[in-house]
Amino acid sequence: MRKLKTLVLATAAASCFAATAAQAERGSAGQLNIVYWQAASILNPFLSGGTKDIDASSLILEPLANYRPDGSMDPTLAEEIPTVENGGVAADLRSITWKLKKGVTWSDGSAFTANDVVFSANYCMHPEGGCNAASNFADVESVEALDDHTVRVNFSVAKPFPYGPFVGATSPVIQEAQFKDCMGAKAPECSEANFGPIGTGPFKVNEFRANDVITYTANENYRDPNQPAFATAVFKGGGDAASAARSVLETGEFDYAWNLQVEPEILSQMEAAGKGKVVSAFGTSVERLMVQLTNPDPALGDLRGTVEGGPHPFLSDINVRKALSLAIDRQILVDAGYGPAGQVTCNVLPAPAIYASTANDACKTQDIDAANKLLDDAGWAKGGDGIRAKDGVRLSILYQTSTNSVRQGTQALIKQMWSQIGVETELRNIDAAVFFGGDQSSPDTFQKFFADIEMYTNNFDGTDPEAYMGNWVCSEIPSPANQWIGNNMPRFCSEEYDALSKEMAQTASLEDRAAMAKKMNDMLMQEYVMIPLIHRGRVSAHSNKLGNVELNPWDSELAYAEEWTR
Amino acid sequence: MLNYTLRRLLFAIPTLIVISFIIFAILALAPSDPTGNLPLTIPAEVREKIRIALGLGEPLPIRYLKWLQQFFINEPLHAIEQMFGFSFGGGEARTRVVSFATRGPVMDTIMERMPQTLWVVGLSYVVGILIAVPIGVISAYKQYSWFDQVGTFVSMVGFSVPTFFTGPLLIVIFSVQLGWFPSVYDTTLEVNSLGTFWQQIKQMIMPVTVLAFYNAAQISRFMRASMLDNLSQDYVRTARAKGMSEKVVILTHVLRNSLIPVVTVIALGIPTIFSGAIITEQIFRVNGLGQLLIIGIQGADIPMVQTLTFMFAVLIVLFNLIADIVYGLLDPRIRYD
Repeated sequence: MRKLKTLVLATAAASCFAATAAQAERGSAGQLNIVYWQAASILNPFLSGGTKDIDASSLILEPLANYRPDGSMDPTLAEEIPTVENGGVAADLRSITWKLKKGVTWSDGSAFTANDVVFSANYCMHPEGGCNAASNFADVESVEALDDHTVRVNFSVAKPFPYGPFVGATSPVIQEAQFKDCMGAKAPECSEANFGPIGTGPFKVNEFRANDVITYTANENYRDPNQPAFATAVFKGGGDAASAARSVLETGEFDYAWNLQVEPEILSQMEAAGKGKVVSAFGTSVERLMVQLTNPDPALGDLRGTVEGGPHPFLSDINVRKALSLAIDRQILVDAGYGPAGQVTCNVLPAPAIYASTANDACKTQDIDAANKLLDDAGWAKGGDGIRAKDGVRLSILYQTSTNSVRQGTQALIKQMWSQIGVETELRNIDAAVFFGGDQSSPDTFQKFFADIEMYTNNFDGTDPEAYMGNWVCSEIPSPANQWIGNNMPRFCSEEYDALSKEMAQTASLEDRAAMAKKMNDMLMQEYVMIPLIHRGRVSAHSNKLGNVELNPWDSELAYAEEWTR
Repeated sequence: MLNYTLRRLLFAIPTLIVISFIIFAILALAPSDPTGNLPLTIPAEVREKIRIALGLGEPLPIRYLKWLQQFFINEPLHAIEQMFGFSFGGGEARTRVVSFATRGPVMDTIMERMPQTLWVVGLSYVVGILIAVPIGVISAYKQYSWFDQVGTFVSMVGFSVPTFFTGPLLIVIFSVQLGWFPSVYDTTLEVNSLGTFWQQIKQMIMPVTVLAFYNAAQISRFMRASMLDNLSQDYVRTARAKGMSEKVVILTHVLRNSLIPVVTVIALGIPTIFSGAIITEQIFRVNGLGQLLIIGIQGADIPMVQTLTFMFAVLIVLFNLIADIVYGLLDPRIRYD
């Protein structure tokens, strides 16, 4: 009853002071209701890489800097973003010095100091902890506190982009006092801390129910006395994307719904109810086809899908790869499966804008005739069954992806497009937990890639593509020798590409880095070892009553929830 | 009877151990990976470290024995300690069954969810039985009447239309169009006044209706068939010939005898209350055990799935036994000794 009453009062208050909502005082807007169709399991982002867990904890825990919705870095717990120009990043690029905001306190009232930052780094870098953010701390040699409000991160190599540790919601600062007995193997034993971390953010945990719901109350010690506008927040999890969308767009029970992978026409129908709107924003996710350059023939036994097993019988011919790309009408794929959540793209590196190449834009229009001509000229002649073949090798493709209705729709469309150029396609889908899982004994993982074409989405954290573009160097080729761990699914190997990747790791100037990244992207595209299809955005929905909210594709969607109003 | 019960209970132990091993083996051999659903931005080396931190680096027999120890020794000891507030000592070294996803004890999460499942799914079962038994009795007594025809039709619809259809249908009608009931179950609601009690009723109506409809359809068919069998028996004619009222004939003689097969169906259905109505819980976001199981399966949370599945197995074995014992109570002619 009391909750209902506060809600009524708050709504009344909100409507009275709507004009001054942005200046409203803390807690004046009542309750913020957020629905994620995947429920949060834990509130310690170092122990879970799941987006739902990271976003849920980003209301409580903060990093030193966050990414704004436009992709720029914005200091959160730091005074400013360290750069080479302001002296924060050493000239040799081997250290970065963060100056922390003064007077910040944890939600329990104790002071936030540099020691907490050092502790967070040691917590994540502990070899037995299984920290999910470990890649943020790659090449970090040590993190030291110079004084109470200055922290220096030392790298073992020159780091042109030193913003891995403590930038973005994946690597926040946790309180030393609370987690000091939870290092390494003991991390999972600290359920109480993992379910209710003490943070510096706008909210603190009131109640946490694993895999279900979290209730928050505003942090009375938050550094801005007027934020957050909401007195309480609820983070409800579970269900499916369509019903989450319905609860915001049609019934109005919730204010914000995350990641609405729903057929576009259903979403626009719901939006017509007029209670909320569907928003999308584009980060770096690209749905792409990976082309298998090695031979996946089961007859090869242990050599299957490895460089030693020899080249692919027909996909090693660049004309075939190019024809496959030419035959695809990407706009149809976007319209059928993605709607506002997708854009046609011809690059695996589509954003941020300075990295986006325009050299491959021809792919945006389908050209069946050119594809057919290319195959004719290359000697792939149509047989009696309409399928092209050369020297007894038929163009028959096994095309796999993870189980997901949108992906299966895309598969069916592409199969039909390829049939127009005399290519036969067999479709296969594998459960996501198996396909993306790393089970050594399973032949169905995306690393083993025992198929001709596979499709999935990949992206990178933050705004720097160095590590992402490094995925396609020779040493990243998965093979039995490295337990099939590696990101170079097409098994692409080029000395020139490797050299560029190395050079980029030593270049500091943003313009030069952008030029190199573009060049690497163009090499991959013009070799057709990957066929990009759709630049995928985040799609969420928020109530019309929610103000000052902008979908953030670069960080946690809730990273700036302290600024939201009603 | 006691002898029989004890014998059955002893037999249950090897059965359950075999079941636990089969569950473990199936989960261990399934090509599912707890790190499989993490974003691709987390590199493979980090994933490998996470897997080792979860204890997946150890050989299968060790993992199985560890689970046995955690489930059969550590968890009961912990429960006793919690209940009576004393310590057996060495509590620090005793690890409990810990979930891969929450990194917290599985049992705590299960206990947290038990009430919701019992309330929503249990209540729907009770409502289902309360509707089904009278419908079954009347349908059989007035066979081929319009009541029987309508009852048969409704049962067939209830039985053949899946809950994943009726659930969203009710949401569209009662939440979206009419706005009477919430479409999302508020699990944080605390019932401490008439107002919150009414809110609780409101949010339970739709999930309970969906499930009760389904359960009632099934049970009423059994009830009807069983009543029909008994109505044509000689003892019914005898009872009527003795001049007993129809009420006594039907409710005392026929109903009691007809309940025997129905009780089996009801008793064997009770474990499914605990396993939750997976789909219905998912649709209405009731945080019950069924939803917990499905999240566990999707996330390859092996300890969670293993523990839940095994608990369901225990319940099924137990309620099989209870059904047999209830036979004896309903029909004094049945003796097991």
